[in-house]
Amino acid sequence: MTLTPSQTVGPFFSHALPYAHDWELVPDSYAGAVTLTGHVYDGDGAPVPDALLELWLGQTGDRGVLRRGSGLVSGFGRCATAADGSFRFRTARPSGPYLSLQVFARGLLRSVLTRVYLEDRPDPLLDSLEPARRKTLIAEGADGRYRFDVRLQGDGETVFLDF
Amino acid sequence: MIHPPYLSPDYRSTVLRAPAQAPVAFKGDPDAIELTSPVFGHDEVGALDNDLTRQHEGEPIGERVIVTGRILDSSGRPVRDTLVELWQANAAGRYAHELDQHPAPLDPNFTGAGRCLTDSDGRYRFVTIKPGAYPWRNHHNAWRPAHLHFSVFGRAFTERLVTQMYFPGDPLMAFDPIYRSIPDEASRQRLISAFSMDLTEPEWALGYTFDIVLGSTPTESS
Ligand SMILES: [Fe+2]
Repeated sequence: MTLTPSQTVGPFFSHALPYAHDWELVPDSYAGAVTLTGHVYDGDGAPVPDALLELWLGQTGDRGVLRRGSGLVSGFGRCATAADGSFRFRTARPSGPYLSLQVFARGLLRSVLTRVYLEDRPDPLLDSLEPARRKTLIAEGADGRYRFDVRLQGDGETVFLDF
Repeated sequence: MIHPPYLSPDYRSTVLRAPAQAPVAFKGDPDAIELTSPVFGHDEVGALDNDLTRQHEGEPIGERVIVTGRILDSSGRPVRDTLVELWQANAAGRYAHELDQHPAPLDPNFTGAGRCLTDSDGRYRFVTIKPGAYPWRNHHNAWRPAHLHFSVFGRAFTERLVTQMYFPGDPLMAFDPIYRSIPDEASRQRLISAFSMDLTEPEWALGYTFDIVLGSTPTESS
């Protein structure tokens, strides 16, 4: 069958896709919670203020994805970037070495898919990349506080996956 | 090629946002978490979330439409219980979004956002109003054809799809760099809904069908 092609999310999704506490996959009180913050930049290094990021841990957790329940855990979250291109997530640590991150934006005719590795380690995907490219997938930080920037184009362009 | 190339210069915003490097394969890793997807419960979605005409005190202005179809995988099998989200401009072509500067009226009875889960046959259904065309400053006299934005999850994070549905016979599609960014004619046709007299309800609403076929994951195709 002919597959349905992608189209851009456009600039006007914020009345529809974000939902309450969408960036909080785990509650504030969650033991071992990880915060992940960063910015999305374009090919000029300018912040992208109208991107939507989706984080996926590979496990659904004990809470529904959309509906919030106190103390429950989701494996999926969303965050629309702020005017300065910043985003944030609070999540559980994934069972594997990385989190899956998908980015949508005006000007992206299809989303881009990448990985956030919480540490540099031997890994089939990382090991297939040259050092400068590899570095783009490694979050900076430790002790539950990590930074990860997404560079859509140009210097330090994030490695995106073929999907 | 099914999807538009990231760099499609006629759509100006792609010029500084399209990745320049080729995407990297991760085929052959059966444990990749991208091959799984969040699941949704029917109790997470309200019974009226799929009716955009009943979210306010009064009824929105515009031509009432029923839009329904099936979410299918690449083999034509239904994708059950998957989340479908929809958003759109109002009948005047204005989004209920603070940054939409188009000088067309807002409709106090229309937000333009809905969602539902597919049933056991992969079917979704929305009731809404037909959106208006709107100008978007991409080039001189640039107007988007009337469209509904769709977001679908599927069975793997790699099947995640955000797209747009168009209406048959809209003369603006021929001038629209976003629609025309899709290289292949058969793929473009996938985004045009079909008018259906069978779905049309007398004295009530026009019916359109729109199926969405999600991509196979890299492991399935390798
Ligand atoms: Fe739009």
